[in-house]
Amino acid sequence: MKNSYLLLLLFFCSFSVIAQDYFPKNDGVKTESHIITAFTNAKIYVTPTQVIENGTLLIQDGKVLQAGSNVSIPKSATVVDLAGKSIYPSFIDPFSDFGIQAPKRNAGSWRSAPQYDAERKGYYWNDHIRPDVNPIADFTFDNKKATDLLKAGFGTVNTHMHDGIVRGNGLLVALNTKADNSIRVLDNRSAQYLSYKKSNTSKQAYPTSLMGSMALLRQMYHDADWYAKGNAKRTDLALEALLKNKNLVQIFHSGNKHNSIKTDAIGDEFGIQYVLVGDGTEYENINAMKATNASFIIPLDFPKAYDVSNPYAASVVELEAMKHWNQAPSNPKMLADKGIQFSFTMHDSKSGSEFMSNIQKAISYGLDKTKALEALTTVPAKILQQEDKVGTLQNGRQANFIITSGDIFDKKTVIYENWVQGNQHVFKDKSQKDLRGKYTFNVAGTQYDVDIAGTPEKLKATVMKDSTTLGSKISFSDDWLQLHFTTPDTTKTEFVRLTAPVQNVTYFSGRALLANGSETTFNATQKEAKKADGGKKSGKDSEKETPKMLPISYPNGAYGMASLPQQEDVLFKNATVWTNEKEGILKNTDVLVKDGKIARIGQNLNARGAKVIDATGKHLTAGIIDEHSHIAAFAINEAGHNSTAEVNMADVVNPEDVDIYRNLAGGVTTIQLLHGSANPIGGRSAILSLRWGRSADEMLFKGAPGFIKFALGENVKQSNWGDTETTRFPQTRMGVEQVFTDYFQRAKEYEAQKKSGNYRYDIEMETILEIINKERFVSCHSYVQSEINMLMKVAEKYGFNINTFTHILEGYKVADKMEKHGVGGSTFSDWWAYKYEVNDAIPYNAAIMHSQGVVVAINSDDGEMSRRLNQEAAKTVKYGGVSEEEAWKFVTLNPAKLLHIDDKVGSIKTGKQADLVLWTNHPMSIYAKAQTTMIEGTVYFDLERDAQLRKNIQNQRSELMNMMLLEKNKGMKTLAPKKKEKVHHHCDTVEF
Amino acid sequence: MKKYIYIYVLCVTVLFGTFGYAQQTPAPKQSEAISIVGATAHIGNGKVIDNATIVFENGKIIRIGSAASTRTSGKRIDAKGKHVYPGFISPNSTLGLVEIDAVRATRDQDETGAFNPHIRSLIAYNAESKVVESCRPNGILIAQITPRGGRVSGTSSIVQLDAWNWEDAAVKVDDAIHINWPNNFTIGRWWLGEERGLRPNKNYPEQVQQIQDVFNESKSYLNGSRSPKNLPYEAMNGLMNGTQKLFVHVDTEKGILDAINFGKKNNVKIVIVGGYQAHKVASTLRQNNVPVLLHRTHYVPEMDDEDYDLSYKKAKILTDAGVLVGLENSGQMERMNTRNLPFLAGTAAAHGLDKEKALQLITSNTAKILGIDAQLGTLEVGKDATLFISEGDALDMRGNILTHAFINGRELSLETHQTELWKRYMKKYEGK
Repeated sequence: MKNSYLLLLLFFCSFSVIAQDYFPKNDGVKTESHIITAFTNAKIYVTPTQVIENGTLLIQDGKVLQAGSNVSIPKSATVVDLAGKSIYPSFIDPFSDFGIQAPKRNAGSWRSAPQYDAERKGYYWNDHIRPDVNPIADFTFDNKKATDLLKAGFGTVNTHMHDGIVRGNGLLVALNTKADNSIRVLDNRSAQYLSYKKSNTSKQAYPTSLMGSMALLRQMYHDADWYAKGNAKRTDLALEALLKNKNLVQIFHSGNKHNSIKTDAIGDEFGIQYVLVGDGTEYENINAMKATNASFIIPLDFPKAYDVSNPYAASVVELEAMKHWNQAPSNPKMLADKGIQFSFTMHDSKSGSEFMSNIQKAISYGLDKTKALEALTTVPAKILQQEDKVGTLQNGRQANFIITSGDIFDKKTVIYENWVQGNQHVFKDKSQKDLRGKYTFNVAGTQYDVDIAGTPEKLKATVMKDSTTLGSKISFSDDWLQLHFTTPDTTKTEFVRLTAPVQNVTYFSGRALLANGSETTFNATQKEAKKADGGKKSGKDSEKETPKMLPISYPNGAYGMASLPQQEDVLFKNATVWTNEKEGILKNTDVLVKDGKIARIGQNLNARGAKVIDATGKHLTAGIIDEHSHIAAFAINEAGHNSTAEVNMADVVNPEDVDIYRNLAGGVTTIQLLHGSANPIGGRSAILSLRWGRSADEMLFKGAPGFIKFALGENVKQSNWGDTETTRFPQTRMGVEQVFTDYFQRAKEYEAQKKSGNYRYDIEMETILEIINKERFVSCHSYVQSEINMLMKVAEKYGFNINTFTHILEGYKVADKMEKHGVGGSTFSDWWAYKYEVNDAIPYNAAIMHSQGVVVAINSDDGEMSRRLNQEAAKTVKYGGVSEEEAWKFVTLNPAKLLHIDDKVGSIKTGKQADLVLWTNHPMSIYAKAQTTMIEGTVYFDLERDAQLRKNIQNQRSELMNMMLLEKNKGMKTLAPKKKEKVHHHCDTVEF
Repeated sequence: MKKYIYIYVLCVTVLFGTFGYAQQTPAPKQSEAISIVGATAHIGNGKVIDNATIVFENGKIIRIGSAASTRTSGKRIDAKGKHVYPGFISPNSTLGLVEIDAVRATRDQDETGAFNPHIRSLIAYNAESKVVESCRPNGILIAQITPRGGRVSGTSSIVQLDAWNWEDAAVKVDDAIHINWPNNFTIGRWWLGEERGLRPNKNYPEQVQQIQDVFNESKSYLNGSRSPKNLPYEAMNGLMNGTQKLFVHVDTEKGILDAINFGKKNNVKIVIVGGYQAHKVASTLRQNNVPVLLHRTHYVPEMDDEDYDLSYKKAKILTDAGVLVGLENSGQMERMNTRNLPFLAGTAAAHGLDKEKALQLITSNTAKILGIDAQLGTLEVGKDATLFISEGDALDMRGNILTHAFINGRELSLETHQTELWKRYMKKYEGK
């Protein structure tokens, strides 16, 4: 006891030293007040795990003095008795925009000419990098918003400017409405924020895509490094700020689970561990989230049920969206179960009450209450590295706490007060008397029966005279009752008005004003107090039941599988085997697949424990390879610069695109996900094995070399982009040549600089250097003969070869030159007439190029056609008379050669990967269907499984619809049915 | 004189050689009877005659039957091992209205305004289009040229694909009026700050009422003095007197049902065009005798949840339900893709439809839907000799190799500027 008193004394001493104010005062005496307030008899959550029953909390000067069960209360203290009530630390939102107005995008500005250069001078070359933003200058404490947050239980927010890719630092603000910013801003440089969204302050075009934003971030870190070493010739306030912010917590609004994985990987490249702000879908890929080692800040805007009562309207709602409605509330629990540290944010919630009811929902899905409280208090404090200030009620912390009627996560609990920095904000009167019950009111000799019901804060009265119910209105606050009611005479509009101070609810008296205007007194006697809630118990129990949650599948939408398919040993018995090797087409042949490889090809092979598939009358081929695909991507074109070699399609692989499944159903096993054709030098490709259900990284083709997209012609000179797009170089084919020459030349010079040892790491130049040094291959979108010829000449001048011309519709005009250069041609079977440069495109192109010794492939550039590439190959039999055996290689072995993966796939040869398709018919017959498609011995598509998956979709759809209808019947708010917009990507798809 | 001719030939060759290639010259009128002997004749109505003889004269089929029992006359074409088909029909087509998609100056398919029944496709149809020419070697010989856009897009006409000009090309002038039924869903206009994605269209009832208003007003006008003249209302006359059909371009289940009721209420014969969800209302379509020109089978399902082969198998679902179905090919790159029409039908056969029934999707069914079945769509006596000979199965890429094609008995050139380029460059390489 003595000790604690001593401690207290010490605290006072130290405080008085710190608190010496230096501001002059002219409106009175300069007296300071250091009153101690003691909250007694409360259940105090000092931290989520340190709970004191019947404890005392002492605060002084806006801070916690002490919280405990044996606290001696100084005589001078003001005592607040909180018997039966609870005290929690106020909540913290680490991802807020409180008091900071983000700039708005100038609507309609997309009509004007694009802008390629930065507007800001003296800063970074890209306007969307804004680490220099310190919002303290523009911070305006928003009293109304603060009150809303306080009502919801928040005491502190870390707010920042929601604008730009690097957004600058945040501010830690106590929501104290009774002080000024000098007191309530607890830290004016608290964490640095980042995102992938561009700033609305600038029209600078770059980046136009997600992978562009990612590339920009990487280059920015390299540039900062270069700048830090004192190598830059100019002053760059943005990079200086970035370097200054380096030691702050880095909070990244990645936006979704895919981006979270990528964002963390970018962080790893530069030794940064970001805190990730997700979107509530983390549960779908929880292991990958755990692997990031990141802390998460997650929103709680669980989706509302769709109104599916109209079946026509409901038909557009996808299973994926319905499952998300069903499963999303489990997200916090799943994060907690995995041991992932997470905080909540109110950022995407519409109101405090929605936020709190969603926490309750998450708890009903199994989230532990302590974890929930941590996610509101200690975890955000820890994430923000502000644990010494907020998050608990330990000594010396800000006196930020809420007073509640009970368990904060109980629906019925009332938040009475929210104290911030020792300042009281009252929302409900905590000493409110419970007036509910049955009374007899005696007004000037007349007896009235009054039944008072409702909630203690919001009463309802029924006033009866004999058996007549009178119209009435009641209010009760600050212990004063106001009641008025009509007289029994219904022909008149007249009232009896009563008012009384209530000290004791069983009997009170006051003043009455009768209808005739005369004043008198009245008294009220309670006959019967309101009984405690009884009947509702059973209802409460049913709410506690964990809602039914559908299982998560891979992927977690249409055609997702309950578990990931596994590699198996398979013997295809008695098939017609298209080897693509010198053996040609073998009839009545067996193929044994073992450990993901083609183990044996022959007749009457022994199964040796492998699963036997009877392939009698069927055809077995190598899996189809699409050299030019744009499925499975979140973005296609980075159109903000004329060269974007720095971007990488591997950053934006969407492993959940259902077109992957549909491609498998068309016998496709490998694709080259190419950047689009918006610029002469595009981005790096991702070569993918279509392992449906697996993650983006698991889809990357193992051991494939690097590729990059180039493009020529109308798209790169923006011929069909509209009249405003006439400023970017190049606008002519003449200019296109110079773009390539310029970049190759600069890459050479970069190489020389690099060899000198002191150089700025340039991702774009590094990539182009790889091309020149034959470490990366070019696949170039091309149409007319002049440009095809040109690029070969430019490449030859720099000592390398173009690997593939893709589209190459006039390849037939220069097939001999192509053969000489050693470039392959990956073309469409019969496309033409869609723009001027394809006016001379002919379906005989493949046959002619093939006849001249060019390695020819047929590609799709189209999510629909890609699933019928077998038919497209067959067209070369029709147009130009290519043999069937050779035509088949156009979609298998030849694209494998062009992608330099023909040592692994493309033919049926012992030792190669078992990427195989079993067809119901001749593979190039229009009547053929893929029956089984496997990659490395794992079956990713099978007609039988497909039938089962269809059934699952139907069953789950109807189950979820019934659940949603139930939700609607319960009176819950529902959403009008809607469907996400599916964008089918092509070469020229540009996202702005 | 000989020298002059030589120079003339040289000039023509040089011209062709240097500047490319003019269009193929339309074939002259059939001058003598022609007999195709020994082929497998796919009649187009589900029947097949093996080893058949087909005789046509003055542009009409005069005899067809087994070779053993059918007398030949005139010029004889030996087609043993080959296949004969009625000319394929491409309905709801913009062939000849656009030459190169990206070049605005060549685009003539979409007039401004919402209510355009008076807009007529025929007069803009470019009989010399290189795209039109490229369809013939794949067996597409007839097309319904259809305007696009607006609520009422305009009036279509049916043409044959080997003509000097649109007048020569016309098979049936102003055959139908086309209407784009309102969508009961709407796409969020994200560029105006709306949320992306599809949601119910609140304006749907109002938009449907606008169509009814147009019909009511047209009726009042046509029943009155018709003065002063109102061009759009005048153009509705054929619909009102039953000589024209109403082609309703509509995809959703609800839209189709509403369109059927609209047709009944207004006493007009309707055809559903597109019909993405037609399979869901197949029995209603059959009960009301409403045919469907079904969207291209080579089409990715619009919803993730839908079967991967939904577009492939829809024709079978509708056919099995007793609905009269033809295939149309509108959509992305529709003109140049017209030549793949046979493979759209072939794909329907791959996914369960009987091959001869699949053939009907682009021959007799379409002819019935367009109201030209008295003269086109099957290989039957009295019908136009609009047919072709193929080396193999014309619904399969590998078999669709034409040796002869006829429109009204006129033997067409199967060359195109594309075959000429092919030969020209092969000659260049082989000449080395």
